[in-house]
Amino acid sequence: MSGKTLYDKIWDAHVVQQDADGTCLLYIDRHLVHEVTSPQAFEGLRMTGRKVRAPERTIAVPDHNVPTTLDRENGIENEESRIQVEALDKNARDFGVNYYPVSDVRQGIVHIVGPEQGWTLPGMTVVCGDSHTATHGAFGALAHGIGTSEVEHVLATQTLIQSKSKNMKVEITGRLAPGVTAKDITLSVIGQTGTGGGTGYVIEYCGEAIRSLSMEGRMTVCNMAIEGGARAGLIAPDETTFEYVKGRPHAPKGAQFEAALAWWKTLYSDDDAHWDKVVTIKGEDIAPVVTWGTSPEDVLAITDVVPAPESFTGGKVEAAKRALQYMGLEAGQKLTDIKIDTVFIGSCTNGRIEDLRAAAEILKGKKVKDGMRAMVVPGSGLVRAQAEEEGLAQVFIDAGFEWRLAGCSMCLAMNPDQLAPGERCAATSNRNFEGRQGKGGRTHLMSPAMAAAAAVTGHLTDVRDFMAAPAEA
Amino acid sequence: MEKFEKLTGIAAPMPLVNIDTDMIIPKQFLKTIKRSGLGVHAFDEMRYLDDGSENPEFVLNQPAYREASVIVAGDNFGCGSSREHAPWALADFGIKVVISTSFADIFYNNCFKNGMLPIVMPQEAVDVLMKDAEKGANARMTVDLESQVVTTSDGEAFAFEIDPFRKHCLLEGLDDIGLTMEKAGAIDSFEAQAAQSRPWV
Repeated sequence: MSGKTLYDKIWDAHVVQQDADGTCLLYIDRHLVHEVTSPQAFEGLRMTGRKVRAPERTIAVPDHNVPTTLDRENGIENEESRIQVEALDKNARDFGVNYYPVSDVRQGIVHIVGPEQGWTLPGMTVVCGDSHTATHGAFGALAHGIGTSEVEHVLATQTLIQSKSKNMKVEITGRLAPGVTAKDITLSVIGQTGTGGGTGYVIEYCGEAIRSLSMEGRMTVCNMAIEGGARAGLIAPDETTFEYVKGRPHAPKGAQFEAALAWWKTLYSDDDAHWDKVVTIKGEDIAPVVTWGTSPEDVLAITDVVPAPESFTGGKVEAAKRALQYMGLEAGQKLTDIKIDTVFIGSCTNGRIEDLRAAAEILKGKKVKDGMRAMVVPGSGLVRAQAEEEGLAQVFIDAGFEWRLAGCSMCLAMNPDQLAPGERCAATSNRNFEGRQGKGGRTHLMSPAMAAAAAVTGHLTDVRDFMAAPAEA
Repeated sequence: MEKFEKLTGIAAPMPLVNIDTDMIIPKQFLKTIKRSGLGVHAFDEMRYLDDGSENPEFVLNQPAYREASVIVAGDNFGCGSSREHAPWALADFGIKVVISTSFADIFYNNCFKNGMLPIVMPQEAVDVLMKDAEKGANARMTVDLESQVVTTSDGEAFAFEIDPFRKHCLLEGLDDIGLTMEKAGAIDSFEAQAAQSRPWV
């Protein structure tokens, strides 16, 4: 009998009932809710006369539709968006769930607010009608996205009907080179395994390079587990995690914290645990990367050139041809020669304080290139406040960035923050799909520091060119 | 939920790999607070030209495929966003079955909640079914959930696997929530026990 993985341990602690065919009823500790994927679920409860079973475990915040301009207290201009946010206001009130309305300084992207407020804790099950729920895996919580029907199921029963996934280990050994960040790790993994490489698995990220990351960096890594197809990404909790959690508004206090800590310390994969798939990448081999195409697997080192479709196999050949046409790129073109129009820094992938610090570090004393549009959208009102306190906001403003209010913004462009057809964007978000940031918009994904460097030069840029003397690796 | 038992219909070929849920239903249509009426927006950016007219090159706009009820797709169909608006849009268009070598996890789950059947097949089988789909409206494919078989217009049959619980729910049109609410006692006990062992949660 082999040992257990971290995923096995969390799973086992949440099984309410197991059927003969292996289907389980899994208990859900935290249910996060936003305005886009929940109205039909609340409506379903009303139509059937059902209640929210555990409103105290349910946390709602509007993020996808909310304007991020400073005048948003005047209301939402787009009628459909306004109705959707108003529906969440009403549903949160009617069903009595925890709520952070647009007017609350704690409002922000649901995946940033949850950890910030201490709702997300190690060993929990966390779900949300949003694929980037994977973010919370950074705490050693089993966290994944669900559809609206499942949102209704969790609201009504606080459980989900689930089959267990397989275990996949992604180990990043050694240390990262200067200029290489958590975003480069997570994109490089997807570049190697493909967008379907994690399908059917829960990934645990481990290794020295992962251990060395802050909680912010770990959240960036786990956030994009879904882009690799995995149900969830996990990182075993350690002192870094406990330190982050301690003192947060909804984290346990005093003796409760000590009791929790004792259990959290058992949450790691046993040495003899069974892995169905293992991927190992040397930290030293990871370069600052960007995406060139319309799938998050289209990842290359910034020093590379746009690939030829013929260099791929199978269905990817046609997909790459289509991607180059959509992106307006030629095979063989140097990535650093690609000119950009817009820079977007923000999202649940890279909208935390550390991300803003990294971008501001590059921008200090520099200007956004003439004619470009650049915006920073902090992940929450509290991130925004902290960045103002640390003087980062002034760095962005002095450089020529727009300093916005919190929300999902141009990551998916449901609010007015959108790309025009053909507009090319250096983005710190998570998806470069066709039309994702606006119909015809062209997205290159990268780290906050790389996006900041691109804002200064006006083209995709190797951030290492912006670093003073090379630091010791 | 509507039952799914057996279907004979036109299959549309969509060989592109990694068709994501942003392609299936772009974000501007997620602002609805209803489940219905999304069919007209399915594949919006591929299906309509900038002036709003239909793109004649898009498969579901071609006369042979306007009534399609099956899609045979490239690898990793439904990747990306968890939006259930994707299966809602497909179902509203009339698509009941999607066949591919692989599906993204959340999209796959979402299909079953809406009376749709996603079928995973090996590459060789998908290749044959794709060819069959390319024949157009005269070639009708049959999908039989009870016997777990897809049959081409030429009578070539391919078996597929499906989780028994999901199959049962589709065949009977069962509502998951109703089923789970019958287990309220077990959920109560779990909560009572968790309140002891993990009181901080």
